[in-house]
Amino acid sequence: MAEKLMKIVVDCETGAIQELELTADEIAEREAMAAEFAAQEAARQAELEAQEAAKASAIDKLKKLGLSDSEIAALI
Amino acid sequence: MQLIQTIEVGAGGAANIQFTSIPATYTNLYLVASLRSTADTVITFIRFNGVTTNLSSRRLYSASAGSASSDAPTTEISMAGGQNPSSYTASTFSNVGIYIPNYAGATNKSVSADYVNENNASAAWNGFTAGLWSSTNAITQIQLLCSSGGNFVQYSSASLYGIKNS
Repeated sequence: MAEKLMKIVVDCETGAIQELELTADEIAEREAMAAEFAAQEAARQAELEAQEAAKASAIDKLKKLGLSDSEIAALI
Repeated sequence: MQLIQTIEVGAGGAANIQFTSIPATYTNLYLVASLRSTADTVITFIRFNGVTTNLSSRRLYSASAGSASSDAPTTEISMAGGQNPSSYTASTFSNVGIYIPNYAGATNKSVSADYVNENNASAAWNGFTAGLWSSTNAITQIQLLCSSGGNFVQYSSASLYGIKNS
């Protein structure tokens, strides 16, 4: 049996707390959000890695120009 | 500041937690939360009145002692660090504060959130979100949704407070 997906709902007027199963629409939306999120995270991670690579390349080039580690650190 | 209601997640976990029928008797709302997910993700979504449109935000966050990052999701209000992911030190949770001024007024709804993760390692997210729900409807429901198909684990909690200006 598939695990039930639950939400917790509290009514602020009455204080009643309910644990309810997600509806089919909510489950579909959750799955769509998860897929979209995965794609966004992959793109963000790729961008971060590109930035890190560019930074490392820039630092290497500065060193070849004769800058010291402390001088490079002062720049970045 | 007055406690309206509080939720703690039980052993079964929860895909999302909701405060409904929020009374309009306060001026501002403050929601504090302590969250951990079954998924290896730090993103938590905030939603009002169950609406998925007219939401936008700008996030400023960092995952470590390195430089900060920023982005601007245009279809959601989210916190990049709102929940502790499953890979972080066991039994640790995030710390979240979400401030919603003038939540029952007839203007667009702004949101400010600050959040940090807890982790006995070099990586721990922290950040700020400035969000906007472009709706003049009063906020009567607030949802915190776990991202990436995960669930909030047991002992995750959220408490909603009301603040009056007189």
